[in-house]
Amino acid sequence: MRTPVTLICAAACGLTVMAAQPAMAQSKQLTLCWAAWDPANALVELSKDFTAKSGIGMKFEFVPWTSYADRFLNELNSKGKLCDLIIGDSQWIGGAAENGHYVKLNDFFQREGIRMEDFMPATVTGYSEWPKNTPNYWALPAMGDAIGWTYRKDWFSRPDIKAAFQQKAGRELAPPKTWDELKEVASFFQGREIDGRKVYGAYIYTERGSEGITMGVTNALYAFGFKYEDPKKPYSMQGFVNSADAVKGLEFYKQLYDCCTAPGMTNAYMQEGLDAFKSGQVAMQMNFFAFFPGLYKDPNVGGDKIGFFVNPMQKERGTQLGGQGISVVAYSERRDDALQYIKWFAQPDVQKKWWSLGGYSCHKAVLNDPGFPASAPFAADFLTSMGMVKDFWAEPSYATLLLDMQKRMHDYVIAGQGTAQQALDLLIRDWTKVFKDDGKL
Amino acid sequence: MTQTSSLHTLARRAGAATPPVVAARVRGLSDRAVAWLFITPTMLLLLAINVFPLIWTIRLSFTNYRANRPNAPLRWVGLENYTSILSDPDVWHAMQTTAHFVVWSITLQVLLGFGLALLINRQFRGHGLWTTVILLPMMLSPAVVGNFWTFLFQPQTGLFNHVVAFVSGRDPSSFQMIGDVTLAPWAIVLVDTWMWTPYVMLICLAGLRSIPDDLYEAAEVDRAGPFRRFWSITLPMVLPFLMLAVLFRGIENFKMFDMVNLLTSGGPGSTTEVASITLKREAFEKWRTGYSSAFAVILFVTVFGLANIYVKVLNGVKQR
Repeated sequence: MRTPVTLICAAACGLTVMAAQPAMAQSKQLTLCWAAWDPANALVELSKDFTAKSGIGMKFEFVPWTSYADRFLNELNSKGKLCDLIIGDSQWIGGAAENGHYVKLNDFFQREGIRMEDFMPATVTGYSEWPKNTPNYWALPAMGDAIGWTYRKDWFSRPDIKAAFQQKAGRELAPPKTWDELKEVASFFQGREIDGRKVYGAYIYTERGSEGITMGVTNALYAFGFKYEDPKKPYSMQGFVNSADAVKGLEFYKQLYDCCTAPGMTNAYMQEGLDAFKSGQVAMQMNFFAFFPGLYKDPNVGGDKIGFFVNPMQKERGTQLGGQGISVVAYSERRDDALQYIKWFAQPDVQKKWWSLGGYSCHKAVLNDPGFPASAPFAADFLTSMGMVKDFWAEPSYATLLLDMQKRMHDYVIAGQGTAQQALDLLIRDWTKVFKDDGKL
Repeated sequence: MTQTSSLHTLARRAGAATPPVVAARVRGLSDRAVAWLFITPTMLLLLAINVFPLIWTIRLSFTNYRANRPNAPLRWVGLENYTSILSDPDVWHAMQTTAHFVVWSITLQVLLGFGLALLINRQFRGHGLWTTVILLPMMLSPAVVGNFWTFLFQPQTGLFNHVVAFVSGRDPSSFQMIGDVTLAPWAIVLVDTWMWTPYVMLICLAGLRSIPDDLYEAAEVDRAGPFRRFWSITLPMVLPFLMLAVLFRGIENFKMFDMVNLLTSGGPGSTTEVASITLKREAFEKWRTGYSSAFAVILFVTVFGLANIYVKVLNGVKQR
């Protein structure tokens, strides 16, 4: 009698152990924090491969862009344990490194054979290094991004519209290559009736609360010759931030806002741009490349109806860097698992799949592939843009610097208070105070 | 006698139910000590959640502390934060914006609220329904109100713009309530008035209902006309209630944040950046904790001081 009882007990124990195994695997779980947008959905899809391979479950904490910085910087500053991995904005890197929020990855990269030379230089500088241009790495370039433009290719190719533009401008209607051309095209479309609907020239960023207007206006400023500081004398801004070229660039952005945007676009950022473009309200839209795969798939304005172009030049080339690196949060209790995720994510095959799902890889294995420019209608423009990106300050005080610029730009561009020269002079005053407080001046 | 004896019985029973150890301890305490025993937990709680943070804020206001850099050395800066705030033109602009918002929204709310209270105070058909309808806006969350008025104010699709366009014959997209420097300060006044007029109406209604009917009857005997009755009876009797409503709304609007933040984010430019938005940006976006503590202290002293003066005036009015 005893033998069957023992066997039954052994079988029951075996079943319990077998049932517990998946549960144990699932109990290992990482939380990844990022913004709530299209590429985040692609990452969820991609990360299923990681879970299948490692048995580590992935949980995601996505926050809308307008509260993304507030939410996660508060989390980091309060040493919260919510995020094991974070895809933090490029400008956070200085503060996160100096305040010990991110794990320094140099030793890990060396141990695992992850080479920064395998990633596009602009993304390594923008997303990983602090101090800039030094081999101190706090993140792995995860999501390359920059500002680009979309336009209504179907409108641009309509004979009646082309003829009207030819008559007005004396040249063929084409995606603009300079800011002057952009304004000319935008003013041509402004108020025009197409298919019985009144449309507008261009959508540009104007948001006040977080970073919107800064991410927009810098695209004009860079092209006109704005510099953050004297290249020979760090933090010396006089004559660079408020140079004659910078003033022209800022004046131009305001003129574009005044002449060629839809009414009510006084506090608009990424989502409002997508809405305006998808609803057929505007002819051209400024936005991050990250949204372009989704727009291309849009049934109403995607496919043959949409075209893309890089940020126009004026005196020189330049476009605002977007994108982020992926970092391990120093307060995470699952640091080793988080590092395992980064090791997995850095593999060329995973990076290729990342691009195919809609994420923008920064890996040279993807970007230097001869077939890359033709792999998507916006791929070539993305590659060009990543070669001309410039970023906002990534100092530990970046949030203060950003809010100062938000205020000065919105005061001038949207509220029409003062002149461009005054706005930039006041910006230097604000930034000087910040750098003095930080002991850098 | 019967009552006294039953109370004694109850006290005896309660005493018998008290555990002997506790009873022995309490028996030796004076009335004053027992009173302290009861109020001490409340006082400790108040000290912990009100007084201590206030003292801590005052202390931080004299330092360069930043909450996002807890490891940075703390430096005593004396009155530097205070002088910096009081000499900053942007801070004064925010204070002016706040003053404009407070004065105009309260003026409109008092006029409309009192007017509505006078109307609602009369008995008419559908009286209950109309009272409920009027009260609806104040039951909504300020965040919800801020968000949906943003949609109502949209120049191309907003209902508000279309209604104004219908009445005035203008193009709906020819004006922007929250995007125009001139109109935006009035847009936040308008929305706050829409939301909080019912609150003032309720308080005024309470005042109107508290007026004894015999006063009006006596006035009628004296052949006083409607205006005279209003001027000599209604207004003086409702005035303390009205002033109370002004006090509540004044304090509330002085620290208004959520509705304005959602409606305009302080824009266009800094046109509607009220003091609380400036404070939030300094404290939780720029992380200038010492500076923002000083700003919070200044705002606290301003509200506290003005409210105290106002309460004294209110007491004077009540005694008249």
